[in-house]
Amino acid sequence: MSLKIDQDHSRFRNIVRGKIRQNLRRYISQGEMIGRKGKDLVSIPVPQIDVPRFVFGDKQNGGAGQGDGEVGEPLDGEEQEGEGSGKAGEGAGEHMLEVDVTLDELAEILGEELQLPAIENKGKSRIVAAKDRYSGIRRVGPESLRHFKRTYKEALRRAIATGTYAPDNPIIIPQREDRRYRSWKEDFQPVANAVIIYMMDVSGSMGDEQKEIVRIESFWIDTWLRRYYKGLESRYIIHDAVAREVDRDTFFKTRESGGTMISSAYRLCEQIIQQNYPFEEWNIYPFHFSDGDNWSMDDTLACIELLKKSLLSRVNMFAYGQVESPYGSGQFIKDLKEHFASDERVITSEIRDRDAIVGSIKEFLGKGK
Amino acid sequence: MVEFGTHAALPKYLRVEQEKIAAVARDYGLDFFPVILEMLSYDQMNEIAAYGGFPNRYPHWRFGMAYERLAKSTEYGLSKIYELVINNNPSYAYLLEGNSLTDQKLVMCHVYGHVDFFKNNFAFRATDLDTVGQVVGPRATSGEGYQPNRKWIDKMANHGALVRRIIDRHGIEKTEELIDVCLSLENLIDPWLPFVVRRRSEPREEEPGEVEVPRLRAKDYMDDFINPADFQQEQKRKLEQARDDKKGKFPEQPERDVLLFLMENAPLERWESEILAAMREEAYYFVPQMQTKIMNEGWASYFHSKLMTERVCDWSEIIDYADNNAGVMATSKGQLNPYKLGVELFRNIEERWNKGQFGREWDECDDLDEKKNWDLRLGLGSQKLFEVRAMYNDVTFIDEFLTPEFCIEHKLFSFGYSNRNERFEIESREFRKVKEKLLSQLTNAGNPVIHVENANYENRGELLLRHEHRGVDLRMDYAKETLAALVRLWKRPVCLLTQVETKSVILRYDGKEHTAKNEGG
Repeated sequence: MSLKIDQDHSRFRNIVRGKIRQNLRRYISQGEMIGRKGKDLVSIPVPQIDVPRFVFGDKQNGGAGQGDGEVGEPLDGEEQEGEGSGKAGEGAGEHMLEVDVTLDELAEILGEELQLPAIENKGKSRIVAAKDRYSGIRRVGPESLRHFKRTYKEALRRAIATGTYAPDNPIIIPQREDRRYRSWKEDFQPVANAVIIYMMDVSGSMGDEQKEIVRIESFWIDTWLRRYYKGLESRYIIHDAVAREVDRDTFFKTRESGGTMISSAYRLCEQIIQQNYPFEEWNIYPFHFSDGDNWSMDDTLACIELLKKSLLSRVNMFAYGQVESPYGSGQFIKDLKEHFASDERVITSEIRDRDAIVGSIKEFLGKGK
Repeated sequence: MVEFGTHAALPKYLRVEQEKIAAVARDYGLDFFPVILEMLSYDQMNEIAAYGGFPNRYPHWRFGMAYERLAKSTEYGLSKIYELVINNNPSYAYLLEGNSLTDQKLVMCHVYGHVDFFKNNFAFRATDLDTVGQVVGPRATSGEGYQPNRKWIDKMANHGALVRRIIDRHGIEKTEELIDVCLSLENLIDPWLPFVVRRRSEPREEEPGEVEVPRLRAKDYMDDFINPADFQQEQKRKLEQARDDKKGKFPEQPERDVLLFLMENAPLERWESEILAAMREEAYYFVPQMQTKIMNEGWASYFHSKLMTERVCDWSEIIDYADNNAGVMATSKGQLNPYKLGVELFRNIEERWNKGQFGREWDECDDLDEKKNWDLRLGLGSQKLFEVRAMYNDVTFIDEFLTPEFCIEHKLFSFGYSNRNERFEIESREFRKVKEKLLSQLTNAGNPVIHVENANYENRGELLLRHEHRGVDLRMDYAKETLAALVRLWKRPVCLLTQVETKSVILRYDGKEHTAKNEGG
């Protein structure tokens, strides 16, 4: 039976489509969705459109509750939908229902909302990992692998066949030939590995807001790629006039002053790839974020040279995100576009503010590389 | 009676249970409309619940929204709806397919409690219809013979047909937009309207005669000095002015039912006023349920536990029942659970009236020990319970029967927002304060009281509404949006007199921009 509600539901979804992007956008830009501490769990709200009415402001209102706690203690947690029976005609719930989702589901939602294509593995599944799987049975083996149930079955079968089985005294004594042992097979599975190399300009012109944008964006990129590559690794490079590799925490916290030489980062990136990630076996994703200021045109040319000569042939794609800052000139993205206009492997995106994050994620991941 | 056709009839083993339970419920003194049970799958249950219980409601996105919420929370296993019962005569209730027999029995007992409440609580009289389906004023009949017309399922279906027809004619965008506007104003109704006997035609004042200016008493020769002529003239002018001001005022009395006022006075097209009328009727239908949430759930819970534990449950089912019941009664995270609060208050009333813990002597007794052991063995509990279920709503119920002892025993507290710590905190456990908070939460179903003050404000045909400020400000962004909705119907600027941080403010929206100006004083 098709439900009458389907029509209303699709109507709602359509309203939200225009809105869910905003919702998601608002979400991402506030960073609410990043459940960093909560391991694999983040909570997302079910989209809800509120009909505005004359209602009381929240904060002066208060109310009555029930439970333990001293005067002055905070209420634990937010209101939640009660379990149990519901009654017809309850006023529409005013509260957002929080649902816990795993990162996998989150990636799925992201993919659905942004209509991201599935990522094509570059076909580098040459590495195989061998894994032992206990899937067979054999007659000899160490006692520690004895299969009790099968052994018992064999013994029972023998007892019945030889007529020694007495139902009123069902004692079964297994003999040596009854014993069965677990055995393993080696399973070969192709492994697709991927590495994301994040590079960020930490020169004076990149402010906290710009870094926050990069942080939020990198979270979503991680989430999406992790969906396709189980063994995803991340490396972090910061640079001003010189580049160095750092851990994740430092990556987002460091602030340097001084000049900017982007080529230093690309060079380091190239080194890291060469030393650790043979490109036949790895899917490699360099992401570079900066405000678009580079020291000199010469250095920019050096970057382009590096990209053309070595980097581009080894990576799945090269992504450059330009965060707008009040100080940056924003020139770099123009140079990249000029030189790589026809090259699909280079993806550039301008991120004006937090609201633009969603669009830029789509630009980066929308090609399915 | 028309069945919905699509839904599965109740399997036989449940019909047998239903008959048993109905008989037991009657034994316990419950007096209910006929109850029709239907069995639904999850999907169907979620759909009908999304429609507020009515399978043929008008199409609107918000039902889709409710459905998504319900469907998701079922899928993620967060909660499920056990039961749904509709205030209709006969009453329809839905059971969830796949629940255990124990659960189904529990739900049925609960349903009979609700239906008894629907039939007997005075607030629900406001949902009685006449033979052509119009809401009639409550009548003072009750007992077995009371079989009002409450064919709300049909009525809602008629609204559905109406809205569909209008959609066909005017397009879904336009129609839906108007429904959204109506929903914005849905809470601007007068919950007591059904119980008000209105003198619609007040005696017209006679043609204004001369205005008498009061004079101070004075001896003749002093009169010119004590009541000087120019002062007298001035006073006379002022009084006449005041009288004329009042004369031009419309409505003469402030009008709580803003929706009705708009229906009668706003320049609406026919289809617009049809939709507004339908939305208003539905809003009134749900008023009694909001007014008696605690009582209604408490009453149903009181009887499901009584029926289940005393007559209906098998020994083997008692653990499952208790487990389930505990889930329904649980208060989590400091929230008031209407089921729990209601059932405990009813039990408390029963105990107090059984032991005679009421009346003047009880109130005046200060000896805690004596109070603790107070038992006059009156046995009036049951009688009192039935009386309370008929004649109270949540506000009067709490006002009259919440006691300090109850507050302490059930750990009630009041909470508020702490600006310093930027969070909600427990404010007090003092009886008076808890009760105050609880009552203000329940008053007018938690909605601000707003009425139409003047439909010709500033002599410009602007609509002036007044918010009766009782200590809590309105939520500003919503208030502005709502004003916009009002302008959509009134088609002239609309003003709202309210208070913001103790200052009187007039919010005005003229269709283009919002302004706020301080009202003098």
